[in-house]
Amino acid sequence: MHHSQIRAWRPYISPFDPCPPQKVKTYIVPPNLFVGFQPPNLQQFPPAAALKYGTLWPIFYSPYEGRGDREMSDIK
Amino acid sequence: MWYYEKKLQYPVRVSKCDPYMAKLLLEQYGGADGELAAALRYLNQRYTIPNKVIGLLNDIGTEEFAHLEMIATMVYKLTKDATPEQLRAAGLADHYVNHDKALYYQNASGVPWTAAYIQAKGDPIADLYEDIAAEEKARATYQWLIDMTDDVDLQDGLKFLRQREVVHSQRFREAVELLKEERDRKKIF
Repeated sequence: MHHSQIRAWRPYISPFDPCPPQKVKTYIVPPNLFVGFQPPNLQQFPPAAALKYGTLWPIFYSPYEGRGDREMSDIK
Repeated sequence: MWYYEKKLQYPVRVSKCDPYMAKLLLEQYGGADGELAAALRYLNQRYTIPNKVIGLLNDIGTEEFAHLEMIATMVYKLTKDATPEQLRAAGLADHYVNHDKALYYQNASGVPWTAAYIQAKGDPIADLYEDIAAEEKARATYQWLIDMTDDVDLQDGLKFLRQREVVHSQRFREAVELLKEERDRKKIF
């Protein structure tokens, strides 16, 4: 679930770039892009977890643990 | 009218003395994609939007004020005990000479808030698409703010606020679907 909201792409790297290249760049595609209308009778988080996560609905939960550029750098 | 609950929507904890982070957080206080802009945008657009989505703008606009006071709490905690020297070291000397430690509606670069940040076009689709864009921009801003601190308690509050942007964007997208009135229509070609 965690990485399913991350997309990666590889920018062009010039032989004359002044800084060491970031080979992979990432961005987030949050779940609101894919759902359309919220379907009825979805699973819910328990109340305490819902408060912590900021949503009652697991399908809309979008974790963010800092940019993934470095961790994703081994992606082909 | 409103009823006020004298507590924050989500607890704000700040564990690291980092006045510079207060300056960065102002982006979500008085910035173009910040909580003040969001609240005023939605609560103003609601008068001229079709009936079935007025309530949504009302609810989300109200929640944005709850987010605004969370950001204000973070900024206040990060600056209230700073000496003028510490504020200078954090790049806040220009803020100090104008405002002392008072909060002010400006962005992280010190540009004061302006109504030019928000629009009310009167066209429901145009307004809702602006609202969706505003939520995604605020979500991205929260991501970059989370990246700028290693205080896990502050990150916790920012992650909550980021998640609310995701949910609000979802609701605005549903509002567009409602206005399209396509959902239950039989499609005959």
